[in-house]
Amino acid sequence: MSAASSTRPKAKGKVPKPPKAVIIAIAVVFFYALPLLHLPIISTPDSDFAGVLFTMAIYVIVALGLNVVVGYAGLLDLGYVGFYAVGAYTVAMLTSAHGSLPFLVVLPIAVVVAMISGVILGAPTLRVRGDYLAIVTLGFGEIIRLAATNSDWLGGARGVSKIPAPPSIPPNKADGTVTDPLFEIPHIKWDGIIPSIDDETKTRFLKFGVLDAAPYYWMALTVVLVVLIADVLIKNSRVGRAWEATREDEDAAEIMGVPTFRYKLLAFAMGAFVGGLAGALFATRQSFVNPQSFALLLSILFVAAVVVGGQGNRWGVIIGASLVVYLPERFREFADFRVLFFGLALMLLAIFRPEGILPAGRTRRAKAVEEELIAVEEGSDTDGAEAEVKPSA
Amino acid sequence: MPELIKDTPSEAPAPTPGAPILEVDNVTLKFGGVTALDGVSFDIKQGEILGLIGPNGAGKTTCFNVMTGVYKPTSGEARFLGSSLAGRKRFEITRLGIARTFQNIRLFRTMTALENVMVGVDAHSTTGVLRALFRTPRQRKEQAYAEKRAHELLELVGIEHRAHEFAASLPYGDQRRLEIARALATEPKLLCLDEPAAGFNPAEKVKLLELIRKVRDSGYTVLVIEHDMRLVMGVTDRIVVLEFGRKIAEGTPAEIRDNPAVIAAYLGVEDDDDAA
Repeated sequence: MSAASSTRPKAKGKVPKPPKAVIIAIAVVFFYALPLLHLPIISTPDSDFAGVLFTMAIYVIVALGLNVVVGYAGLLDLGYVGFYAVGAYTVAMLTSAHGSLPFLVVLPIAVVVAMISGVILGAPTLRVRGDYLAIVTLGFGEIIRLAATNSDWLGGARGVSKIPAPPSIPPNKADGTVTDPLFEIPHIKWDGIIPSIDDETKTRFLKFGVLDAAPYYWMALTVVLVVLIADVLIKNSRVGRAWEATREDEDAAEIMGVPTFRYKLLAFAMGAFVGGLAGALFATRQSFVNPQSFALLLSILFVAAVVVGGQGNRWGVIIGASLVVYLPERFREFADFRVLFFGLALMLLAIFRPEGILPAGRTRRAKAVEEELIAVEEGSDTDGAEAEVKPSA
Repeated sequence: MPELIKDTPSEAPAPTPGAPILEVDNVTLKFGGVTALDGVSFDIKQGEILGLIGPNGAGKTTCFNVMTGVYKPTSGEARFLGSSLAGRKRFEITRLGIARTFQNIRLFRTMTALENVMVGVDAHSTTGVLRALFRTPRQRKEQAYAEKRAHELLELVGIEHRAHEFAASLPYGDQRRLEIARALATEPKLLCLDEPAAGFNPAEKVKLLELIRKVRDSGYTVLVIEHDMRLVMGVTDRIVVLEFGRKIAEGTPAEIRDNPAVIAAYLGVEDDDDAA
């Protein structure tokens, strides 16, 4: 065995060292400030960068949720857009089409409705495995979209508009006039590589308006952080172990006392919860939803984000989701070829990094050692008596 | 497999030394036209090491699967501490107190040795998502216990120094030991080992026998399935011999060794490693 495999660098739930905490704090501040910085090269020249960042954050939430289902529990869900749609439509129904509840009241309802839809879909379908599950979930995503298209109650093909924005702080007056913001944050402008404060462009804190997407991005980024923390806590607990065991060997897990069906359903419900959350945020930013917003292609894109990033690795998945949104926006000038480039990029990735940009470290390392073992078994017995050759049975 | 049969009301489960812990009562199992088990009856007593042996294809693993609730017998039943196992889910049977290892090793390959064992300890954990999310004191306690217990068990089977290696990267012999530790982690009253020595060389077999004795001495009842008679003779208190799905003998190792039916069953049978 190689020396590298004998230790496993893993941040346990110990007290984090101060430098690490500082790095995290700086990173968080940086990500919050990103829409104000207008960094050259990185920012998207042809579309509003804050808007792009918001979409990226939404995709990151979606990818983190889908990663629980696909990466941790090993259930290929091709209809994830269905939960996203359920979240978005619940917001649309209760704030605009059939009610006028405030967004913050509807948000938890939307999330719970999405979770329930996850349980309803999962309870009968999680008994099938592998490819069959993928097909069934694919159908679910389409059913949601077609139901929305064909039901007038759900807005039909035209969709639902006038979905309210989240409440600003301080709230607008009852007659709709905008109150003064708490403060205004100036943006940075760049003259070549020299930054200076731009006094003309300011983001009003905290006003959810149509023009400035930065407050929406901050809201979505906050949700990303909360989901990420929850992800870490759950993954490093009994629940995470049960998911991983189920993914690795369902029968063995069951025999070791893991109620595998319950845990698969739990993964599905958690995934749906997060998907619904992302959908709700999307709806409030977009201010209208229609069935075309939830096409099958979006499901494929979500799975692509997870697979490109490296399923099972939350950081990889975050990178994957960000790239899936960012690259097409950054290179908008090649708009006609965007899909072609995207396809090429996916192919190159499949060839050179088949397990994603950041593969789940443990899977990768385990496989490397496995290959080593096979090499030892087949070739000369370099490891001596330790590497016992398996019987052919 | 649909599990429709209701279990019979259980008697008071109070295991005392020497009392039967698991009873196989006239079990017959048919797969279509093939009778895999034909009226097999025996029991396992508290605190003993029982060997279940037979030539290849005798029905050992099938019998084992009936005992661990994987197969539902066509007729007859397996009772654990007086209550029937039919119709119970497999994870419930594990929580009742039967743990097993696999003939073809089935570890959670991408998890470390320690985590593999912790999955077993978790069988009795009450932690759910909410407790994990809020890191309640109880969750912390259970997590700490799982880790401590897993280390103890790795120590017991002698692979504590490999606790943080991936299961897939362990040498073959250590993988077998890890399977035993993982099974023990579920706090079983009965530990079933399915051909634990498959693929071992004689020196490793001796070490394994020592381990099995050590496990028994720490208070577990052990069932060992083997087709290698010499190995079983050395470690078991009692032996049940199967051939073609029927029990042909039962007794102490010495009795079995001189039993003409057993000798006939084994005579001329190649001792190879593919008892599937």
